[in-house]
Amino acid sequence: MAEGMITRFGRMLRDKELSCTELTEKYLTQIEQANGDLNAYVKVTPEEALKTAKAVDEKIAKGEELSALEGIPMTLKDNISTKGIETTCCSKILEGYKPIYNATVWETLRNSNAVLLGKTNMDEFAMGSSSETSYFGGSANPHDITRVAGGSSGGVASAVGGNIAVYGLGSDTGGSIRQPASFCGIVGLKPTYGAVSRFGLIAYASSFDQIGPITTTVEDAAIVYDAISGYDKMDSTSRGRVGDPTVNSLKNDIKGMKIGIADEYLDGVNDDVRALIEKACAVYESLGAQIVRFKLPSLKYALPVYYILACAEASSNLGRYDGIRYGYRTSSYNDINEMVCKTRSEGFGAEVQRRILLGTYVLSAGYYDAYYKKAQNLRGSIVNAFKAAFESCDVILAPTVPMTAFKKGSAVSDPIQTYLTDICTVPVNIAGLPGVSIPCGFDKDNMPVGMQLIGNTFCESTILNAAWQYENAAGADVFRQSAYGVKL
Amino acid sequence: MQYEMVAGFETHVELATNTKIFCSCTTQFGADSNTHCCPICIGLPGVLPKLNRQAVRYAIMAGLATNCHIANISKMDRKNYCYPDLPKAYQISQYDKPLCENGYIQLSNGRKIRLNRIHIEEDAGKLIHKRGDTYVDYNRGGVPLIEIVSEPDIRSVEEAKEYVEKLQQIMRYIGVSDCRMQEGSMRCDVNVSVRPVGSTELGTRTEIKNMNSITFIGRAMEYEFARQVDLIESGGEVEQQTLRYNDAENTTSPMRGKEDANDYRYFRDPDLVTISVTDEEIEELKAKIPELPFEKVERYVNELGLSEKDAANIAKYRNIAEFFEAASEGVKNPKSVSNFIIGQIFRRLETEEDKENFDIKTTPEQLCELVKLIEAGKIKNNLAKSTLEKMLDTGKPVTEFVSESDMAGLDENALAELCKKAVESNPKAVEDFKKGKQKAVKSLVGFVMKESRGKADAAAAEKIIIEIIGG
Repeated sequence: MAEGMITRFGRMLRDKELSCTELTEKYLTQIEQANGDLNAYVKVTPEEALKTAKAVDEKIAKGEELSALEGIPMTLKDNISTKGIETTCCSKILEGYKPIYNATVWETLRNSNAVLLGKTNMDEFAMGSSSETSYFGGSANPHDITRVAGGSSGGVASAVGGNIAVYGLGSDTGGSIRQPASFCGIVGLKPTYGAVSRFGLIAYASSFDQIGPITTTVEDAAIVYDAISGYDKMDSTSRGRVGDPTVNSLKNDIKGMKIGIADEYLDGVNDDVRALIEKACAVYESLGAQIVRFKLPSLKYALPVYYILACAEASSNLGRYDGIRYGYRTSSYNDINEMVCKTRSEGFGAEVQRRILLGTYVLSAGYYDAYYKKAQNLRGSIVNAFKAAFESCDVILAPTVPMTAFKKGSAVSDPIQTYLTDICTVPVNIAGLPGVSIPCGFDKDNMPVGMQLIGNTFCESTILNAAWQYENAAGADVFRQSAYGVKL
Repeated sequence: MQYEMVAGFETHVELATNTKIFCSCTTQFGADSNTHCCPICIGLPGVLPKLNRQAVRYAIMAGLATNCHIANISKMDRKNYCYPDLPKAYQISQYDKPLCENGYIQLSNGRKIRLNRIHIEEDAGKLIHKRGDTYVDYNRGGVPLIEIVSEPDIRSVEEAKEYVEKLQQIMRYIGVSDCRMQEGSMRCDVNVSVRPVGSTELGTRTEIKNMNSITFIGRAMEYEFARQVDLIESGGEVEQQTLRYNDAENTTSPMRGKEDANDYRYFRDPDLVTISVTDEEIEELKAKIPELPFEKVERYVNELGLSEKDAANIAKYRNIAEFFEAASEGVKNPKSVSNFIIGQIFRRLETEEDKENFDIKTTPEQLCELVKLIEAGKIKNNLAKSTLEKMLDTGKPVTEFVSESDMAGLDENALAELCKKAVESNPKAVEDFKKGKQKAVKSLVGFVMKESRGKADAAAAEKIIIEIIGG
């Protein structure tokens, strides 16, 4: 799978093996057939897609050059603002909301004629690990539809894993790109905080949120990342990409690369996952890399730090949904207070309400120091621990999730257990680091297992290089097509 | 028992930036509702704020002009509360690291009113109650504000008024705000408490919200002082609360009590980066601060010989002070310049706003020329006055109205000649006068004045005319 789908389809378009309209129609047909099972899309946009496809075909007919992503059918998570196209975060409270502006990432992709097939399912406001908190119901795993696709970007992962989109953009606040990619046996890149503009991404937790690609191969992830990363004057926290396009260094030799393994990442991880991580170490050693073992004791604080800070920011970010200006409004009320209260109680699901309450609590007078402030301090310690770790290694190898995709319905019943599935992914968000999840095999139930490569800030090139080398070496052992989607 | 008033101010001042604090919408006042809005200032899902650096610079200037320490590092925080005029449900403000701290404003009695801080924040929208419904206009939402917080150092209504006036003058002078209270670009929250004279402890305070006139501030404070004293005298206790002032009845009434005080859940806004201000930038801004009004008054009195009152009138608005200074360039006695301004030009400027804008047709150079002609003895005051009126009407220079011959003066023979001509050309007036109508002589004098283009001495002319007629 060393050659990415984007490269392959791009070549087919240029060589006129098929037209962009044909390619797009194939995807739209497969969406129609598969979406009933997968529930990946919450909104399909055939008109938008075919309009773009036609424009691309006209360019091809005129013999014009195509850029890497032109004409490639893709999808966006439903929290990325698309002008004139409903963007709901899969929440009842944003029912009918059509943005009047485009998110910067979508503006960029639109300008290069990306073919938008539709908007994909997610946990409500990206809060969840199974996409089952979605107002539209959860997405299914394309490898076993009785299991979840993961979350919160479950719809994108389900669509890409089921090949009813070539690639998609998700967002990752505590693992929401990497975890569903891991569950669905595909690639998910969470870029360095600030590498990709957040403008137009409907906020969950602003200091953690980051948009990134979910793709079938590492090369695809690199191509998409190169296209969407960059400084955006509309986002004060954006810093842009550092250095050359990551695709340039994908195939670099990794002889002598130091790959770190922190014991704490393997605590409580299931045996199949642990064994596959050890196997990956062996693959890296065979490629000439050096495995470095070390400890990251502050990782034990990662989960509480994440849940305190993310919920605090969420409680503020979600205050604006009051039914006054857009979205859902309760049907009967006597005054404005009742209107806002009823709108929010009816419009937000249970998980969102839980996190708003938790976040409100930790910011309240009298509790701020014990929770929010302490968590901020610990965030600093975790940042420093990673900084120190990267003095002795180039990338850190870790499981993406301690387990594989679980059965539908099992997450909803136990929120704490569900929060624990984020244990390996949240540290990267806390420290603002880049992390990529790639498939590394299958467990005893034949479900995909993912592993994570974590880099220092703005070292996307390094982790994608390490990821590509592993993917190239492991090949068919780690990748399997699902029964769904376009077969070309 | 004798009580004294203890008061402090929280003053909101809209900054005069062209665009809003976090987006590029215009800050212009008075447009149709919701026409100066964009996804950012109405807080649509997914938008991010981008700090307008000019707002930071203006706030720093406000701090420098009020003797504040400017922080090299500060940040923006979110103040969370739910209200329909606040579309994000939080106001972006500054909590524990304001841009400016520890300043003061000195009053004319020598007392310093300490400023705790000046911070920047965004304004909210406006609720409009009409026909039983409530509408919201977000034009004002996102307009940059500074909040100037004083210590409770004010001891009387007079001090309070002077404090507000001084703030207003300073902000206008340095050009960071027009401070129009009636338009809401300057609004005060007044904290009032009372205590027995001699006590050093602070009493329980009440806060009168959103005062938009200096007169009302005075009345509200007087009312609140009396109310609190009565309460204490009758054995009661002042309750800490937020009050609204009703100007029609001249009373205050509670808006909300302490028990439902907001918990704003302040935290750093993760969408905005640290605000860094270098010492070089502070120096650069310091250089932009002009001589301030009270400094000017001192100089006008001590160096230019103006009276305290005239000096204050001239220095009150920067436009006027600058006009006065330019018109006094090379003049022997600047007092005559201020007399023209206060006596004649002010008559044409009815409102304070007119004075602030000082939109007149004459240039300072033209007025300067006119005053120099008087000082050289070339024209009389009478002529100067009427000439200035013409200059103000037309915008044309002195030379348009005063010729060489005007400045040459009028000798006795020429005057007698003109008087004779007046009597000969106005038989009716002469007749009237002879019939005993004393006033008729005035029109004859007027004829002489007109013919001489104002050079004639009116009293001398009258004497000569009466001699001719009666002779």
